[in-house]
Amino acid sequence: MTENFRLNKGGLINRNKKISFKFNGKKYFGYEGDTLASALIANGVHLIGRSFKYHRPRGFFGAGVDEPYAIVQMNRNHEVDPNVRATEQELFEGLEAKSVNCWPNVDFDIGAINNFLNKFFPAGFYYKTFMWPKSFWYKVYEPIIRKAAGFGAASIKHDKERYEHKYEYCDLLIAGSGPSGLASAYAAAQNGAKVILAEDKSRFGGSLLTSDVTIGNQTGKEWAEKIISELKSMPNVIVKNRSQVFGYYDHNMLVMSERVSDHLPKTDKYIPKQRLWYIRAKEVVISSGSIERPLVFGNNDTPGVMLSSAAKEYLKIYGVLVGKKPIVFTNNDSGYETAIEFKKNGIDPIVLDTRQDTNSEITKEAKELKINIKFSYVVVTAKGYKKVSSADIAKISEDKKNLTSIENIKCDCICVSGFWTPTIHLASQSGNKTKFNQEIDAFVPSQSKQKETTLGSANGVFTLEETLKTSFEKGSELSKKITNKDNTVTIPTVTEKKSSNHDKFWCVPLPEGKDYKRFLDFQNDVAVSDIHLALREGYRSIEHVKRYTTLGMATDQGKTSNLNGLQLVSDVENKLVPQVGHTTFRPPYTPVSIGAIVGREVGKHSKPTRKSPMHYWHEKNNAVFVDAGVWLRPRYYKQGNENLFEASKREAKNVRKNVGVCDVTTLGKIDIKGPDSAEFLNRVYTNAWLKLPVGKARYGVMLREDGIVMDDGTTTRISENHYHMTTTTAQAANVLSHLEYYLQLVWPELNVNVVSSTEQWAGAAIAGPRSRDVLQKLFPDLDVSNQGLPFMGYMEGNLFGVNAKIFRISFSGELAYEVNVESDNGNFMWEKIMEIGKEFNIQPYGTEALSTLRIEMGHVAGSELDGRTIPYDNSLEGLVSKKKDFIGKRSLSKKAYIESDRQKVVGVVPLDKKTSIPEGSYIVKDAKAKLPNPKLGHVSASCWSVEYDNPFSLAIIKDGKNMIGQKLFALSPLKNKTIPVEIVSSHYVDPKGERVRS
Amino acid sequence: MLYIKCPHCGLRSQNEFSYGGDATIKRPELNKEISDQDWDNFVYLRKSPRGKHLELWQHISGCRQWIKVERDTLTHEIFRTFKANEGI
Ligand SMILES: [Zn+2]
Repeated sequence: MTENFRLNKGGLINRNKKISFKFNGKKYFGYEGDTLASALIANGVHLIGRSFKYHRPRGFFGAGVDEPYAIVQMNRNHEVDPNVRATEQELFEGLEAKSVNCWPNVDFDIGAINNFLNKFFPAGFYYKTFMWPKSFWYKVYEPIIRKAAGFGAASIKHDKERYEHKYEYCDLLIAGSGPSGLASAYAAAQNGAKVILAEDKSRFGGSLLTSDVTIGNQTGKEWAEKIISELKSMPNVIVKNRSQVFGYYDHNMLVMSERVSDHLPKTDKYIPKQRLWYIRAKEVVISSGSIERPLVFGNNDTPGVMLSSAAKEYLKIYGVLVGKKPIVFTNNDSGYETAIEFKKNGIDPIVLDTRQDTNSEITKEAKELKINIKFSYVVVTAKGYKKVSSADIAKISEDKKNLTSIENIKCDCICVSGFWTPTIHLASQSGNKTKFNQEIDAFVPSQSKQKETTLGSANGVFTLEETLKTSFEKGSELSKKITNKDNTVTIPTVTEKKSSNHDKFWCVPLPEGKDYKRFLDFQNDVAVSDIHLALREGYRSIEHVKRYTTLGMATDQGKTSNLNGLQLVSDVENKLVPQVGHTTFRPPYTPVSIGAIVGREVGKHSKPTRKSPMHYWHEKNNAVFVDAGVWLRPRYYKQGNENLFEASKREAKNVRKNVGVCDVTTLGKIDIKGPDSAEFLNRVYTNAWLKLPVGKARYGVMLREDGIVMDDGTTTRISENHYHMTTTTAQAANVLSHLEYYLQLVWPELNVNVVSSTEQWAGAAIAGPRSRDVLQKLFPDLDVSNQGLPFMGYMEGNLFGVNAKIFRISFSGELAYEVNVESDNGNFMWEKIMEIGKEFNIQPYGTEALSTLRIEMGHVAGSELDGRTIPYDNSLEGLVSKKKDFIGKRSLSKKAYIESDRQKVVGVVPLDKKTSIPEGSYIVKDAKAKLPNPKLGHVSASCWSVEYDNPFSLAIIKDGKNMIGQKLFALSPLKNKTIPVEIVSSHYVDPKGERVRS
Repeated sequence: MLYIKCPHCGLRSQNEFSYGGDATIKRPELNKEISDQDWDNFVYLRKSPRGKHLELWQHISGCRQWIKVERDTLTHEIFRTFKANEGI
């Protein structure tokens, strides 16, 4: 039976709704409104996990976002969620969580042996220990570290949860709903500004929920509730809880992650698990508050040692005692608030104050309540392994160097307060350089770089009165600039206790003869001794110390450890903290799920899918599709039990023998108009364009300025000043941008307009010896004879009532035509072609057959025009004009481009006429040469030649022209193949190009 | 994410634009003799300044116009934007 630490009353939980949950397989109960942390503490569970390096037992240290220890692995909605902070995870019925960093279990953890071997895990242990012997890294060290390290295990399955992105624009984004956030939001909203108020926790109000203050005639909590409900009712305000603004990016773009469903047992249909908000704000108010700083003493990582503010939060919000024999160890007034809260609930705390007797209001109150206070006292070390059971305490001398009257007292928790650290992460991310405030021993924002204002304790202001005053004023001022409205808000009166100065002392010296580990960074197990060692070894820059010791590098990013680390470095180095400086804060402030970052763009949604107007015909006719850029194209049409190889062979053969039809809608199309179009094309393409007559098409190649082939395609002169350009499917968008670049920036004097018309036209390529017969029947009124419509000719026609453009162009090397109709008529055209082509044995063919046809014809395509080749390499030198200038021409005279043994495209046939050559294979002279075997080039494309019924490949090899006829080898180390080959002409079929002109 | 003021469309997020490099580079005139050195400088050599930089962006998911943007490469501050045909 576990002991009950829940008070009979109090807190903000719903005691009418009991909730059952499981931790490490054991069943517990909590209440609605609990976090996993508060519910476990209520059940007396303080052992949550094991630490990262030494596997020391870990409990709870905080109550929120700053928690360094209580990281658990969740099972929710049949999904695994690693790296969840138990202090932030709200309880729901059936919640299941387990410890991380321990094996086989949290009570008996094998890794804990590291704790006793800690001499081998000093600062920089990653760098030192595993350097020798080198061969041990992969086999021994790495696998062990992998098994032992990390905060949980990510699922290797696809995450079925839904994540969403949202874009929002506002006048004021306010990060944090404590007093400064509420006041500035309220004032801005009164001026009609569009406000987004974001709160990380489920409850609004921040420190007002737990502090003993009054605003007007209400308690802090009542006032917060009133302001929130007013804000929620205003149409110009978005109020979001469970929402962490984690990143401040350029130009006032902030990103917020909203945990929409994480607090529910499962995600509802059509509701996301998490939502990522991209918010562009005119002004940003950072009201992110402050985090209590730990005090450092021996074994201060023992479960049961926690922040005093966290202990107070568990009491006041969850009605939970973190212990029944508490020690409050403080260097400032804040610890007393926790002590008084214990006392009010019938628990007798002992307060150890590092200061001499102070007469602040709150110490007086504590004395009146008869709380046992020991001034000038410290905790020397916590005792107990899995939970604090006692503490060695001692009186400390005025110079804070000597400990006297050390005694052991029983306790079950130690609540520490080392004063407050403003949360300046967002301000720092925005580019704000920050400054050190001596009075509070911490950094605060300084000059704004972007439109950002930090208010309240995040700005180092620790009185409520001043916080509210400045926040109301700032909220009014910032919104007035935007809305030009000035509705004054009356600032309410505040009662709060006046605090006295805190003690700058924070690190308890070791008693003589003791070497207790005193931890600075609780998540990464960085102790005082590690920093000492790093400094002794010569590390000076705080950025180096951080990386060498891993101080502040874990998932909590040093929220509780950074400042103490800096203090220590400054003490040892005898420098001031601002001279040491702090490490850079980078987003995200808290860990963000990869799923949330990805959003809805997963799987098929990672890019748009384009389908041609004939897509559903292809689907109905057993097409197997392939991704071609953003398009889906039929790869082959399956008949019976055919595989890819058999089907594509059949389709390609039918094109060579009869006639085939291929959907070429996906080709890029650009409409070009204007009186200077011919001149423009003449500059863009490598060949001559000025004399192309109306009604004729021409093949063209365009280069980049560096001489590399960018794209190829045919362009047709539709009328005097109107051209129709085609590009490859893949390069369509780049070519359009390229043309726009030259027209807008380089030659703005040319009167030419370009626009993409890819989606406007559906295209069908009809190819094969019978293609003219099909065309004639499609357009019975037209003269489509070799004279009427010669090779590279163009005409317009009427396809059973539909306007069509007919181009006599060929990619397959056969007599062929391309017919374009407006997209809406695409399917009509396709069905007509199939109907009419039936008597000529027409068959549709896919991209695989298309490739086969172009490869054996030696037509270069994307695999040869691969961004590394010049026209010569692709045997396109005939298309390069010697007379005129064009984009990239000057580069072609570069020395490397004109060398006589320059690479060239050739054909490759295996000697056995059977073995297909894998694409990417190397071509070498000697298959058995010593490695590295000098390679002549690579195989760019392979097919099964349907003309000769044997494998055929294209390759780009050095001095290719002179290699024709030679017997070489194709090597594919990946496929472990060595294939004797013969180099032949790349034009394997119809080398004179007679068929296309027939 | 940058917030770029397209001179044609107004303020738009960076993800509507694509980057086009140094806007001060002038393409050598066509049909004009040019030394290897000068041509290579035009094709390959770009400064990578710390501070003010006049650069090209194309409003690719908007008006498709190429524009000039004067931006600080260190702070990402954008000082001014121009149409393609506007000088600085
Ligand atoms: Zn625009």
